[in-house]
This record gives sequence, structure tokens and C-alpha cells, in this order.
Amino acid sequence: MSLQDDIKTRIIPDRLNSRLSGYLKSWESLLVAVAVAVFIINSLSSPYFLDAWNLSDATFNFTEKGLIALAMALVIISGEIDLSVAGIIALASTAMGYALQFDVGTVGLVAIGLSVGALCGLFNGVLVTVMGLPSIVATIGTMSLFRGLSFVVLGDKAFNGYPTSFAFFGQGYVFWVITFELVLFAAMAVLFGILLSKTNFGRTIYAIGNNPTAALFSGIRVDRVKMILFLLTGLMSGLAAVCLTSRLGSTRPSIATGWELEIITMVVLGGINILGGSGTIVGVVLAALVIGMVTFGFGLLNIPGIVMSIFIGLLLILVIALPIVYRRVRKG
Amino acid sequence: MKRILLSREIMLAFAIVLLTGGIALRFPGFIAPNNIALVFNDTSILIILALGQMAVILTRCIDLSMASNLALSGMVVAMINAAFPGVPIPALIGLAIIVGTILGAVNGLLVWKLDIPPIVVTLGTLTIYRGLIFVISDGAWVNSHEMSAAFKALPRSVIAGLPVLSWVAIATIGLAFFAIRRLPLGRSLYAVGGDPHAAVYTGIDVGKTRFMAFSIAGGLSGLAGYLWVSRYAVSYVDIAGGFELSIIAACVIGGVSIAGGIGSVGGAVLGALFLGVINNALPVINVSPFWQMAISGTAIIVAVALNVRSERTKGRIILKRAEAAV
Amino acid sequence: MTDLPVLTLSGITKTFPGVKALSDVSLSLFPGQVTALVGENGAGKSTLVKVLTGIYQPDMGKILIDGAPVIFASAIAASEHGITAIHQETVLFDELSVAENIFIGHAPCTRRGLIDWKTLNSKARDLLARIGADIDPNTPLKELGIANKHLVAIARALSVDARVVVMDEPTAALSHKEIQELYDLVDRLKAEGKAILFISHKFDEVFRLADRFTVFRDGKMVGEGKIEDTNSDALVQLMVGREVSQIFPNRTSVIGDPVLTVAGYDHPTEFADIGFTLNKGEILGFYGLVGSGRSEVMQALFGVTKPTRGVMRIGGKIVIIRTPAEAIQHGIVYVPEDRGAQGAVAGLPIFQNVTLPSLVRTSRKGFIRLAKEFALAREYTTRMDLRAASLNQDVANLSGGNQQKVVIAKWLATQPKVIIMDEPTKGIDVGSKAAVHSFMAELVAQGLSIIMVSSEIPEIIGMSDRVIVMREGRLVDELARKDITAEALIRAAAGIEEVTS
Repeated sequence: MSLQDDIKTRIIPDRLNSRLSGYLKSWESLLVAVAVAVFIINSLSSPYFLDAWNLSDATFNFTEKGLIALAMALVIISGEIDLSVAGIIALASTAMGYALQFDVGTVGLVAIGLSVGALCGLFNGVLVTVMGLPSIVATIGTMSLFRGLSFVVLGDKAFNGYPTSFAFFGQGYVFWVITFELVLFAAMAVLFGILLSKTNFGRTIYAIGNNPTAALFSGIRVDRVKMILFLLTGLMSGLAAVCLTSRLGSTRPSIATGWELEIITMVVLGGINILGGSGTIVGVVLAALVIGMVTFGFGLLNIPGIVMSIFIGLLLILVIALPIVYRRVRKG
Repeated sequence: MKRILLSREIMLAFAIVLLTGGIALRFPGFIAPNNIALVFNDTSILIILALGQMAVILTRCIDLSMASNLALSGMVVAMINAAFPGVPIPALIGLAIIVGTILGAVNGLLVWKLDIPPIVVTLGTLTIYRGLIFVISDGAWVNSHEMSAAFKALPRSVIAGLPVLSWVAIATIGLAFFAIRRLPLGRSLYAVGGDPHAAVYTGIDVGKTRFMAFSIAGGLSGLAGYLWVSRYAVSYVDIAGGFELSIIAACVIGGVSIAGGIGSVGGAVLGALFLGVINNALPVINVSPFWQMAISGTAIIVAVALNVRSERTKGRIILKRAEAAV
Repeated sequence: MTDLPVLTLSGITKTFPGVKALSDVSLSLFPGQVTALVGENGAGKSTLVKVLTGIYQPDMGKILIDGAPVIFASAIAASEHGITAIHQETVLFDELSVAENIFIGHAPCTRRGLIDWKTLNSKARDLLARIGADIDPNTPLKELGIANKHLVAIARALSVDARVVVMDEPTAALSHKEIQELYDLVDRLKAEGKAILFISHKFDEVFRLADRFTVFRDGKMVGEGKIEDTNSDALVQLMVGREVSQIFPNRTSVIGDPVLTVAGYDHPTEFADIGFTLNKGEILGFYGLVGSGRSEVMQALFGVTKPTRGVMRIGGKIVIIRTPAEAIQHGIVYVPEDRGAQGAVAGLPIFQNVTLPSLVRTSRKGFIRLAKEFALAREYTTRMDLRAASLNQDVANLSGGNQQKVVIAKWLATQPKVIIMDEPTKGIDVGSKAAVHSFMAELVAQGLSIIMVSSEIPEIIGMSDRVIVMREGRLVDELARKDITAEALIRAAAGIEEVTS
């Protein structure tokens, strides 16, 4: 066979590098390294860190926010953002508290929390897809609206007196030190991980985030996908509201204030491109773990949370800036 | 023609007049001159900040760190005042502006030199600046009795019937009008946000213009920092927490397009005033002030929906009859 | 007339990933003379304009002004050296006034660095009057129609006191009367001793205005000289550079029954009264000037935009297409002109680009099956003779030609009946061009139908079984294969009764 024929019949390989080498170079492996480092530093610096019950308590630092971060990750990969998630928690929690006076049982309360969350998400979805509003401002609006409604209902009062069985979601243990919230988060993480990386739906999210026009031109129903993503985020916020309300045992309108920015930080730290198009659920879960452990470790060292936020803020900027600087330096 | 040019502002002004008029029907006291002055004074800080945010949004960026910047600059001058009551107030104001400008410039540099999305940069600096307040103050409050009398008195002292705070806002509005209209930089903001690609053709440095916008927003946050801590006579870690979103809300209600290139000084001021009127009107008309947040949320959504409608492109105009109709 | 050039380019080369846009190009502009630059789309004319105005920096070569070498590091640098341009893309800002648009970047300032609005407005008024435009300089730009915006762009170019004026298709959006005024303006600029580089597709204006000509083909300068020494046939020969029949696949079309019938398609601003029939096994060409509404019609057929009126039949049955997804279901697919924005999804690997509209077939119950995806992607990319390192490579790293092959492979994988190709070979290298053309011939031989939108006359002549010509959003002519000539196409597209020469 001549060289010409060789070129003609040459086969393009599926992949050049093995999947393993891809994993090793990934953002996620960097996060694993950070997580391990944080874990070691923490165990060395405080004797209380490696206590099973302390560690179990520490998981509350990230489970509720992590639940929302899973859905937020999909929204951000699709090129949108949802700043109203904490507002949804407030409204869903208020709705559950309001229902208490009608002697609604635990199942009913959960149903109310989830459906209010889903409705809020649907509302965001309508604003963004049907009315075509930019999600960043539309959800700043709904953030105020949702929390505002909660203030209208509650004012400076609070709802208390949730049924005892309701406490399980935020305070219950499934097995030994393993909390219900941790199990829920793990289960949801697996679900979202599969949804994003193993299904057609997940693939279309990436396509939309990389190029919404080309995705539309490839026959993807872009608006419908975005609508589902906002709905999912609302639903997960409702779920987080159930957990948080159950853990606190009360509802105030100021519940979960500022969470939207913490959740977005978690997502970006997890390697999700804020401009959309790339990132994985594994990264988000690892980022949640890192943030949770750092918070816990700093707490053990009596370093206030607000100082920890400096650390998280720096981390957020550094993790994005360093690869850019590195590429520039390497280029010359 | 002029009417089209001003329509967004006129609509908003009309809404505000209608709102105040409606309130005045039942509570005539609301439109008494001194009450109107009170509302304006109460909104002054928001106006100053909204003007800074407008400069940033015009260039297709966003600054989430303004409220943290305000709180940090405010804390710096409050602590200096508490420790060295002898430092003259103008020097402290100057310092607040310088600190704010530097904090804003940090945002601008990261956006300009490293091309990091503005929302990420300012989300990071939002928490960093807020945390730095704790670091420098060790979580302690600077209370009224620790501040010098002159420090607290300035924003409240009345000149020609209005408190200095209001005059500062008026001066800022005047400066903003002037800068947007008369400085080449002011016009560049529109070009950079309207079409960054085309701006390059005209020789405008897109990154540098954005840097300038962030620095200006920072400087105004610093100024607002002094005004805030002196007016409320207290400084602590959490002051103006969550205010960053009210600032953006004021801009959006005022017709500043989040996509950049569209917006006016008048619009941003009216947007801030709209929120101010609502805040102040609720107690007057015996509605629980807890309605405030829901109302401003609704106002934002309605405003954005109106902006999007007017900005929507209706396809290329190819047919001659369609062009004639425009 | 002196024969010392004001500006000389020598040996200019500019490469983009995958494309050599300009290779070793030379050009001289003389004071008081109009040099016409002609060439097909993608010949490198716009790249040259960007090099001249400091938007792009050449990889190699020299720019000389009055014989002295200069470097244009930015748009400002070029304008300081006395070069100004009317760009093809709009460099205008909707939110600013007309006067400001004319002067943005170099507005007249007072001694303190403030914008001097009085001078600015009066200068703008003078400039607009000079080009015969009846526009109030205080009007916000967004209130102007396309033609007036174009006049503003012209005024903007003249606001710089320049020695060299580059005009990139300045008459494309203008009406007959405005074109006459522009001609007068060019004559006046000539009389003032300015050197003018005039880029145009319209031969009548080239022969009306130019003193000299330069012809570009595939990024190279292939001919130049005095305009009186040439004629339109010679120019076309240079532009195309080869016998038309040689480069296009020889094929005998077997044309069958109607596949797609469109009747009465209307849109408020883009097109009106569009009706035609596409037959099985046919390549139907759509010719027209840039901006004549061809792409807009195609996107309406594909469900991207919605016509206000009109009926579509596929195989005799009425179908309603509201989204691209529905178009694909009905077997209509669209290879867009803007490959970067509408075709390839940069950021996703090749195989995922190919399978994007076919995921239902490669998956099981909504779950991805990678092996099936790779198999499908392999099948169609092999048919397209794609050149890539691996199927897992980001499509963004491919050359334009290979990206186009991926986009076409993506559509073939859906097994369509009708393929709409919008400028299928725009901006791709000669080798890929030939591959795409021969592939199109293969497809119609297999019974598919193709609608081919093209601005390249040789491509239209070489590939089409039938051509529809559009002008200003309407169908104005239909030519059977035997009647397709360059002259007939140009005449119908430009709306002139007789081509002046």
C-alpha cells in the first residue's frame, strides 16, 4: 500500500490519551489533593478534629448548601444563574410554618416545602425563558420578592412548634454518626452526577452552555431545558428548606441570608465555568467537602467564620486566576 | 424625538409622581417639602452608589463588592477617628475615597489584566473585603460615643435648608452628569458596553475603560462608607450587608441594561429614588415596612421586563417597506 | 499626476489558525487615485482592510508611508498616520448620537480635556452636509435606518484628516440616489489628492470610479494594473483564476418529484412573498448580494424565525415548523453560514458535535452509550474525510474546513431529506472546498435535495441545477441551468437592466 492510500484510509482514534491521564490532570484531582491536605492539616492542628461525632456535626456546614449547589451547577453550566435560591428557602420555610396552624402533618409539610420550591423555580424559569429576561437580574428580583413575601407573612415574628417527627430531616441519624442530611446529599449527588454525565439531558446542558445558538440550531429545545433546570433548582431549594427548617426547628424570614453567594462560590470552586459549558458534579461535591472541612477546622481553632470567608474569597479568585497566569507565563 | 430619547426616564419619573401623588391623596403630609427632603436625604447614599454601579454596568460588567467596600472604607475611617480624634474630617473623607478607589481598582485590575469574569472577581472581593473588616476591627463595633462630634455632625449639618448628606448626593449627581456628558471616558463607557468589538475599531481600550469604571465605583463606595458610618454613628462588620443587590436593583429599575451600553444618570437616580420613596412611604400609609422587600423585588422584575421589551431586536430590516416604517 | 505612492504594502502575510488569510500581498496607493480592490468572498480583502487600519498586525511584511516603514499597533496608530476606513461591519453605537458616533475616539476637546459639544456638533453637521446626508447630528443613532447609518459610517471615516481612505463596500446598503452622491464624494476626495482604496463587488462602480485595480484570490495578489487596460471579463478571469468547469464535480443530475414546496412566506422586516419548489436530487442555488435576505429565508424554513404567513409542504403534505427540532424531524437540516456561532459547538469534542441532534438514536432510555456515539461519529466523519487527531478533540481546534465537515457530518447522521447549505465553502481552504463540493454531488446522486445559498458566482454556476435570485427580501429571478451566467446573476441581483462597462 502506498503512503497516499495509508493517509486515505487512516483511522481517527476515538481518544488520544487514556481516560486515566485525563482524570489525573483534571480540576477534580486538584480538589482531592486540597481536600486531603486540609484534612491532614486539620487533624494535626486539633485533637478534636478526628472525633466521629464532631466530624458528623461538621457535615451540616455543607449538606444543605450542597444540595442546592448540585442543581445550581447545572444552571450555571447551561449559561444561566439563579440568585434567588436563598429567597426560595425563606419562602418555602415560611409556607411550611404557616401550614402548622392547620395541623398539617410531617408528610404534608414536606410536600408543601417541595412544591413551594418547585413553584418558585417555575416562576424563575418563566421569567428567563418565556419572557426572555437575563437570569442574573431576573433572579435578583425574585430573590427580593420571595424573601419579601416571607417578611410580609412573618414580619419580625417566627414560626415554631414543628412536629417531633419533622425534626428527623435536619437532626436525625440514619446509622451511627451518619446523618439523614449527609445520606440525602450523597444520594442527590449521585443522581445529579448521573444526570449530568450519563444522560442525553446532561449532554444538552453542556451544548447549551457552550453555544446556545448552535444548540438551538442542532434541534435542542433550549428553552425547555432551561425551564427544567430552574424548576430543579427551585425543587432542591425547597428540599434544603425542609432540612434547614427541621434542623433549626423554627422559621424566620432572615433564614439562610447570603446563601446564594456562598452556594455560587461552592459551584465555581468546584470547577464549574461561571460562563457556562464545563464542569462536573464530582468537582462540586469535592468543593463542598473542602469548604465544609475548612469551616470546621477554622472553627476548632477558634478562628471566626468571617475570617474563613476571606480564605474562601481568595481561594475563589486564585483558582480562577492561577490557570490564566500559568497559561500566560508558559506562552511567553 | 426628545421624548423617545427620554422615555424610560419619563416613564419612571411619572411612576414616582403617581406613587407619591396617590399617597398624598390620603396622607398630604407625605408631599410636604420637608418630608420630600427627608426622603431624598434618606436615599442619598443609594443614589451615590447607584451612579458608581451604573458606570460599571455600562461597560458590561457588574460590581457585587460595593457594599463590602463601603463597610470596609467606613470602618477604616471610623477606627482612625476613634483612635485619633484630631485628624481633620476632610482628610478622613479623602482617605475613605482613596481606600474605596484602591479596593475598586483591585476589582478592575483582575478584570482588565486577567480577564476573570467580573461576577466572579467581585463575588470573591465581596467576601474578602467583608472579612478584612473583621480582621482590622477584631469584630468590635465603633460606637457613637467613640466617634468625634465633628465626624458625626458633618452629614447632618444643614446648609441652605438641606443636610450636607443631600448636598453630597446632589454634587455627585452633578459630577456624574458632567463626567458622562463631557469627559471622553464617559462616552467610552457606552461604546465599550454597547459593542466591545466595535470599540476596538475606534481605538478605545476596552480593558482600561472597565478598570476606570471599577475604580470610580470603588471611590464612590468609599465616599458612601464615610457617609454611612457617620450618619448612623456606628460601624461594625455587617453594615450595609446585602446592600449590593439594592444598588443593582436601583440601576435596573432606572433602565440601566445589564447587557451594557444603555443607561443614564437620570435613570439611575430615579431608580434609587423609586426605592427610597417606597421605603419611606410604607410606614406613612400604615403598611408594614416588611412589604418593602417584596415590592422592590416586584419593581425589579417589572423594570427588567420593560427594558427587555424595548431592547429586543426585531430582526434585520431588509424589506424597503419595513425600513420606511421605522 | 505624480507616481510616488502614499502608502505601500509589501510582502504582507497574515495567518489564522487553519487559514492563511493573506500571503505575501503587495499593494500601492497613489495620491488622487482610486484603486479598486476586487476578489471573491474570502479572498482576503477584509483582512487587508484590518491590517491597514491597525486592527490586525501582519505576521510578516512591511507597511510604508511615503517610503518610510511604519507599524500600526492599534486603530489609533493607523488613524494618526492618516489612514481612515469605512468598515463593512458597523462600527457604530446605537445609544450614542449621530455626531458622537462620527467622533468617538477622537472627539474635539477643550483645552481642559472636556468634550467640546458645540464644535463636535457643528463639525458633524458640516461632515454630513459634505456627503449630502440629511441627518440631524443630535439624533440618537438607533433611530436611523440602515442606509442612514451607513452614511454616518462614511462621515465617521471622513472625520479624520486622512491621506488614505479605505472604503469596504461602501454602497452595499445605499439606494440609487445615495450611491450617486457617494460617487460625487469620491470624485471630490480624489480632487483633494487623497489616495482611495475602493472595495466593491459591483463592476459598474469599479469602472465608473477606479483609476487602478488590484485583484485578490485566496489571499494572494493575482493581478493589478490601470483600469483602462482591462475589462470586466478579464477581471472575472483573474478573480476566478481557473476554468469554471475544472474545479467543480462533473455530474449528471437526475431530478425527481417535488420534495419541498414553499408558498407565500412573509416576514414583517426580512422577506416577502417567498415561494419555490425543490425537487428530489436537485441542487437549488440561491444567489443575491450580501444582505438580500437569503439566510433569513433559510432560517425561517428551518424554524429559527417564524414567518407571519405562508405554507410549506413536504412530499405534498402540509407541515408546520416552529422550531429547528421540528424541522429536523421533518428531514430538513441547515448548515449555517456563521459556523462559529450557529454551527459547531466549540468546547464540545468532535463526536459529541456529530451526535448532538441524533442522541435519541445513540442512547438507551435517555442514557448515553458512548460506544454507539463514537461509532456513529466515526461513520459520518469518515464519509466526510475529516482530518483530526482524535474524535475526542475539541471541535474548536479544527480548521474552518474541518469544522464544516463536522457540521455536515452532524446533519447527515440525522438522515435528512433536504439539506440547506448557507455559504457552504465560505472561509475554508481550497482542498476542503473541493471535498465539500464533490460530497454535495454525491448526496444529490443518492437522492437528497440541497438548497445552496452562495455569494460566489463560480460556485453557483458550477454546482446549481437551478438558481433563484433574491434582492431586497424578494425573489426576483429564476434561472434554469442552461441560462445561468455570471452576467445574468449580477444583473438580477443588483437590479440593473444593463451592465455598464
